[in-house]
Amino acid sequence: MLKYIIKRMFGLIPTLIGITLISFFVIHLAPGKPTDIQTSLNPKVSYEARLRLEKLYGLNKPVHVQYLEWIERFIKLDFGRSYLDDRKVFEKIAERIPITLLINFSAIILTLAIGIPLGVISAVKRRTLTDKFTTIFVFIGFSAPEFWIALLLMNLFCIILGWLPVSGITSLDFENLNTLAKILDIAKHLILPVAISAFGGLAIISRYMRAEMIGIIGQDYIRTARAKGLKENTVIYKHALKNALLPIITMLGLSVPGLIGGSVIFESIFAIPGMGRLFFESVMARDYPVIMGVLSIGALLTLLGNFLADLAYSYADPRIRLFAGRQE
Amino acid sequence: MRKNEKIPLVTLAVFFLIFAVNLNAAEEKKGEPSYGDAIVTASSSDARTLIPISASDSASSDICGMIFNGLVKYDKNVEIVGDLAEKWDIEDEGKTIIFHLRRDVRWHDSAPFTARDVEFTYKKLIDPNVKTPYSGDFERIKDFIILDDHTVKISYKEPFAPALSSWGMWIMPEHIFRKEDLNKTRFSRSPVGTGPYRFKSWRTGEGIELVSNHYYFEGRPYIDRYIYRIIPDDATTFLELRTQGVDMSLLTPLQFVRQTNDDFFKRRYNKFRYPSFGFTYMGYNLSDPKFQDAGVRQAINYAVNKGEIIDTVFFGLAKPTTGPFMLDSWAYNKDVRGVSYDPSEAKRLLKEAGWADADGDGCVEKDGKIFEFTVLVNQGNAERIRCAELIQKYLKDVGIRMNIRVIEWSSMINEFINKRRFEAVLMGWFLSRDPDCYDIWHSSKTREGEFNFIGYKNDRVDKLLEEGRRTFDPTKRAAIYHKIHKLIYEDQPYLFLYSQDTLPIVNSRFRGVEASPIGIGYNFIKWYVPKSEQRYK
Repeated sequence: MLKYIIKRMFGLIPTLIGITLISFFVIHLAPGKPTDIQTSLNPKVSYEARLRLEKLYGLNKPVHVQYLEWIERFIKLDFGRSYLDDRKVFEKIAERIPITLLINFSAIILTLAIGIPLGVISAVKRRTLTDKFTTIFVFIGFSAPEFWIALLLMNLFCIILGWLPVSGITSLDFENLNTLAKILDIAKHLILPVAISAFGGLAIISRYMRAEMIGIIGQDYIRTARAKGLKENTVIYKHALKNALLPIITMLGLSVPGLIGGSVIFESIFAIPGMGRLFFESVMARDYPVIMGVLSIGALLTLLGNFLADLAYSYADPRIRLFAGRQE
Repeated sequence: MRKNEKIPLVTLAVFFLIFAVNLNAAEEKKGEPSYGDAIVTASSSDARTLIPISASDSASSDICGMIFNGLVKYDKNVEIVGDLAEKWDIEDEGKTIIFHLRRDVRWHDSAPFTARDVEFTYKKLIDPNVKTPYSGDFERIKDFIILDDHTVKISYKEPFAPALSSWGMWIMPEHIFRKEDLNKTRFSRSPVGTGPYRFKSWRTGEGIELVSNHYYFEGRPYIDRYIYRIIPDDATTFLELRTQGVDMSLLTPLQFVRQTNDDFFKRRYNKFRYPSFGFTYMGYNLSDPKFQDAGVRQAINYAVNKGEIIDTVFFGLAKPTTGPFMLDSWAYNKDVRGVSYDPSEAKRLLKEAGWADADGDGCVEKDGKIFEFTVLVNQGNAERIRCAELIQKYLKDVGIRMNIRVIEWSSMINEFINKRRFEAVLMGWFLSRDPDCYDIWHSSKTREGEFNFIGYKNDRVDKLLEEGRRTFDPTKRAAIYHKIHKLIYEDQPYLFLYSQDTLPIVNSRFRGVEASPIGIGYNFIKWYVPKSEQRYK
């Protein structure tokens, strides 16, 4: 088993390098330079001053040299410094992670807490009005644009009712609050973002659950369980649900990179300083070191997430464990 | 009966109201503005660096403007006055400026401000290893001499009129930066300045907080805290105004005209309106044969109804312009009257230039080719795109087919403007307060990446531009720019369109806010909130 893990880990390295290589060249394909925003069409910036800046940022070197320099630093786990403000890329990413994690993690928990029961209910009550209603509800969440729902809810809760703050993550007097009040303050700011982000994810989880449950309910061992005279609740929640949860593990594995990724639209509407905005702003400003930093961390997490999901799967499902064992 | 019962209550209420108003009036009459409270303003993007000579985006400049001072500044009538410099002498026919610095200025850490700080800032501006986009004006300096602690003498290679205003550049503290690498220093996120506000905290992507400098040399500002919130989305900023989470912000024309007229906004906010420092134009690539004929460019000028663009796109909150200078400034030539909308005159001019609709398909042709061109517009500027659509319609009326291509900003500049791969472009210039526009119009400024990308060349304008930046006498200088204005308008290398108004909204609890030609921020340190209306501690 350990050998398998190590082998898989090494297998990730070429993939990771491949991803960074492609990313690096693709982002350099986009026209424009990081110095554009500072210098382009600003009559106060002279021609010579612009050339000087490009030289200072090393932009006058060929792209492959820039990539080699980047990968050399990357191996030493150094992502370099941002072109925009000369801060360490690592620092810039690190300061965005806590809030992004907090929101995404809460949203995933909320999605699971609501999505799983919804899926089970619509499977058990298949083709009833409840099923149809749930389906419509989750698909509204899936297909309605987040920003639109966000604005409607902001209008309702923040302006008409006045219960919640509009945007940001803390109040202005945050520093003067005690710990409990601080937690409440953040919670108040995060209710809407978390709820809306969970609403968007409900469809996937609940539809998966529904499909799995329907498949399982039709199986022989469920009929056997019922024939034994077990209570319907026991049959559904103990025997059927356990097996139906398996694919959720894969989905959780795949959502690991999503934990630190954010949505630009969403973070912009709520004025949350998360990863989505950092990435978007870096792309717009052609801030290559930051773009590469975010992309490679994302790639790394995706690979690790897949890997973890595989491991968890083989732990949860003996059939797969056997298969993995044979591979050794 | 019931009605009667209510009367005493109402009377009481009215009585209270009068009483309250009287109290307020009494307080106001005492006349003493009070210290305290905070102002919350919103910006769509975060600052990048608070190293003043590297700050080039609007957020960084907003904050640096509160923390730092230049040697000179513009007053409310856009005239140069002293800031850190008390006065100055211009000698040697404009080749030398001697600045006499204020003696009562201290840095926020209470170290005294001296001539060494000015010299240090100058040295960093011209240091090739410092990332600053502003080195241009300072490379012209021949000699920088400290005469004493509070006097500096700056000599230029040749007379350069914009030099004085270039010293509006924020001065940096030598004692803080002496041992720092300016590109990596921590002070880029915790600056020390001389200005009315001191830096307090910066939470990336969320906001920046400043507190008032009690020892500011022009007096302690009344408002204690200045909170700069980062709210990327306009719609959110507007909702924050509604809940009074934001005190001051800029409105779009639509918000100004339609969405801020209810009782709530009338009671709680004051709106202001003044011309901005920029103008929008359609520039022609003058190496394109279609646009080489001045008659064609004149025709387009007649064909486009600027008044209607202003009324429909900006709800009237913009003004037509005829030249490359700030509206209402001394350089702007008010005698240059824009032509009025006249499609038949446009058609006549086109015909004169050889463009006529021979086959009756609605498009004018010349030598068998129809008049068709593409205008580039940058993405993200909805008003500009709408303006392009209107121009498209006007030109169609006179037989010219115009296509619109919307491109992301950076691509547009690099792939199309800098490489001259465009026929026409709809853009704007944000002007500096000094009217010197040598870089935009002089025929030498046409290298890739320089600003005369339309390839304009007029020997008389070239001469006048050179003369304009050598002349210090305000009357003579104004006359030069008036001539430039007239010549450029006659040549029509640009179709001059409009200058948009700036539309700030400020919570009405702030008193002393006044619009002036330079905007509302010039007397910020005098703004105050009466004690009874203060919201924040």
